[in-house]
Amino acid sequence: MLLAPFLSPQPMHIPDGFLSPLVSIILWVFSILVIAYSLKRVNEDLGERQVPLMGVLAAAIFAGQMLNFTVAGGTSGHLMGAAIATILLGPWAAILVMTTVVGVQALIFQDGGLLALGANIFNMGVIGVATSYFVYRSIRRIAGEKSWGVFLGGFLAAWISIVVAALAVALQLALSRTSPANIAIPAMAGIHALIGVGEGLITIGALALIYAARPDLLRSSKQGVTGGNALWVGGLAIALALAIASPLASSHPDGLEWVAEQQGFLNTARGPLYQIIPDYVFPGISNQVAATILAGVFGTLIVFGVALAVAYSRRKRRLGEVRQTQ
Amino acid sequence: MHVHFLDPYRPGSSPIHQLDARVKLILTLAYILTAALTPIGAWPVYILLLAWAVTIEILSELGVGFVLRRAALALPFVLAALPVIFTAPGAALIHLPIGPWILTITLPGVERFISIALKSWISVQMAIVLAATTSFPDLLTAMRAIKVPRLLVAIFGLMWRYLFVLVDEALRLMRARLSRSGESDRPDLKAGGALIWRAKVAGGMAGSLFLRAIERSDRIYMAMVARGYDGEVRAAPLPRLSRRDWLTLWLCLGLLLALLTSAALF
Repeated sequence: MLLAPFLSPQPMHIPDGFLSPLVSIILWVFSILVIAYSLKRVNEDLGERQVPLMGVLAAAIFAGQMLNFTVAGGTSGHLMGAAIATILLGPWAAILVMTTVVGVQALIFQDGGLLALGANIFNMGVIGVATSYFVYRSIRRIAGEKSWGVFLGGFLAAWISIVVAALAVALQLALSRTSPANIAIPAMAGIHALIGVGEGLITIGALALIYAARPDLLRSSKQGVTGGNALWVGGLAIALALAIASPLASSHPDGLEWVAEQQGFLNTARGPLYQIIPDYVFPGISNQVAATILAGVFGTLIVFGVALAVAYSRRKRRLGEVRQTQ
Repeated sequence: MHVHFLDPYRPGSSPIHQLDARVKLILTLAYILTAALTPIGAWPVYILLLAWAVTIEILSELGVGFVLRRAALALPFVLAALPVIFTAPGAALIHLPIGPWILTITLPGVERFISIALKSWISVQMAIVLAATTSFPDLLTAMRAIKVPRLLVAIFGLMWRYLFVLVDEALRLMRARLSRSGESDRPDLKAGGALIWRAKVAGGMAGSLFLRAIERSDRIYMAMVARGYDGEVRAAPLPRLSRRDWLTLWLCLGLLLALLTSAALF
């Protein structure tokens, strides 16, 4: 049962309420910095043709995430798309495309929260794209112009983008003290190692079709973009850091707890302040309960009042309409 | 453009519909931030925040039931926080013997779990109201107003414009697969070949979807050039906020701040 949430089709989109404010805000800052740099790169390197291409490809990735295939036991594999976007567009444009996909999912479809959007962009956009780029470019280099480089590179890039992004989600939940590291990290890693295979297989299928129909889209020149080396190193660093930090964190959850304690000072600092009044006469009861009841009564009154007012104004409107028709 | 079943926007003329999209976006973000900053176990504040959300739902004339039903769909993630009821340190509530182990549910653990679930639940309600009462072009204006770069807003706009076209395309691909792969309702009849084969078919579908998208984007680019596109993304200046919008904005921000202070000082 503890594993159930990690099996849901979109366990990668963190909703609001699950990340501590500090973790959310730090990841927002990281994401904004990377997006700003990507925008600069895209403006410099790519032609104006890229703007419609990025928009329509973002829509295609959103739609492509609906194409699922059953794996076993009610779970299904489907696409996240960071790897394929990186392969087709190069890393900087792919970061913008993934940002758009994740942004629309949060804003319109509530797949992932708004305050948590920074974290979701970071996991699926930045981490997903950087690690895919690192793996795909390395393997294309090794393979030269042979076609197996495209497919093996695509498969591994897709797999690693899923697994590393999942590790990042687990670490962020653990840092926010929402999910204990020693449960969240192995669960997310194990399940996404499988989901990643699904992503990899779909990516191979998609690349095979594109390779047959439009091989020009897969020429390796796209991968050698400006600033690509820095991103290549970045992808390697992210993959390594998470690969090292995750087992450490899950075997020493106390260490992470300590970090969380330091990080989550917003919560802990407010904790004592909040408890000034309770623990007084009837430990924790009198004031807390009285305040809760008062808030309940007050809240109900507001809601009731608004409902009455709306109902009344509607009735008046309807009466007005009736009178007008008469 | 036809109305698509995926589009969450419900047209209306309620006060919430009429509020400027910029005010709505900022207030939604402020509300969610307030919920996130409210400490664990501050029940009175949670109740007032929930009353706020229900109030907005009534005012928006969407129907409270509609919003709550949609909010429930976003809830399964809550289970990710479930282990915390066993691991948070504190006074033991119940001991559950499971085989050789004894799981201990702690009081702070339960408090933390319920708080996380509540925060998530009320936050998603607000996000649903925002999406259901604001048309996407208005949201794009709001994004420009909070200084999202113009190029990014343009990509968002293009994505939205072609989202439903490509979703329809994906649905057609899936229908085609369904009608050819001998799928059946009977559980003992498995559809399609082996796992690898199914993955390959799904991959081929994704690939053709991407190819169609790329070809479509070429046509779009040409149409844009034909209408004078030169690589620069231009937009009309932002309209001014009415006095009522300003008043709503500051009043609600003040109320949220008051709630937050009361959460800290209670």
